Amino acid sequence: MVYLTRQEHFNAAHRLYNPAWDEAKNEAVFGKCANPNWHGHNYDLLVTVKAKPDYDTGFVFDVKKLSLVIREHITEKLDHRNLNEDVDFMRGKMCSTENLAIEIWKQLEPHLPGNVQLHCIKLYETPRIYVEYFGE
Amino acid sequence: MKVAVYRQEHFNAAHRLYNSAWDQPTNEAYFGKCAYPHYHGHNYDLVVKVTGLPDPQTGFVVDMKWLSEIINKEIIARFDHKNLNLDTPEFKHLNPTAENIAIVIYGLLRPRIPEDLDLQVRLYETPRNFVDYPA
Repeated sequence: MVYLTRQEHFNAAHRLYNPAWDEAKNEAVFGKCANPNWHGHNYDLLVTVKAKPDYDTGFVFDVKKLSLVIREHITEKLDHRNLNEDVDFMRGKMCSTENLAIEIWKQLEPHLPGNVQLHCIKLYETPRIYVEYFGE
Repeated sequence: MKVAVYRQEHFNAAHRLYNSAWDQPTNEAYFGKCAYPHYHGHNYDLVVKVTGLPDPQTGFVVDMKWLSEIINKEIIARFDHKNLNLDTPEFKHLNPTAENIAIVIYGLLRPRIPEDLDLQVRLYETPRNFVDYPA
């Protein structure tokens, strides 16, 4: 089994806000991340898939195709968008980096060939903050 | 002998590129997806360069701790986790491009830096896009 990773990036606005709470409680829990007028990040996304390399090509998966799948189903929908307002698969969910990684997994998995398994979604919100999701 | 010293700070903010004199299609024609109405955002990295003669008493061009405090007070507190278009009066009538943000930051810092020291601001909007002011 070999692990193959493709890195992509997108820039987006978001806020951390629980609509069941009032503004004061949101600010108490989420601090300046709850700013009603949003803030934003340069997100870096690393998608790792695993498979046995194909005998004929030597590839786990054609990385160009992997890039196109990520762009079509993820970065096209997220880049230069407002994660709370504009993204169908984040609607009704808290826009934390944790939840975004889980939803990215759900969006990508159906579009991978049967012999290629999704292994990890690693999502950097800043150069110092990232999450990893392994589908568990 | 002049020496340049640098202090790096960062802030995360939302913005959009938008000229209010144009309609939305014209804005999108010029600014592409940067003009999308619901904003997007960046992790901005700010590098402040101060150039001058090291003080004979301290050996410092400028006290870095003091410089960091000035940048945090004047810039980071103003812009971090804000919407540059909506939350900061500096961009009420000024498009918040990286160029204009760097010019505004320079204008905010210059009065706080001793006159005998030169100041330059480098602003990274992304790891691949950055601007310098003054050029």
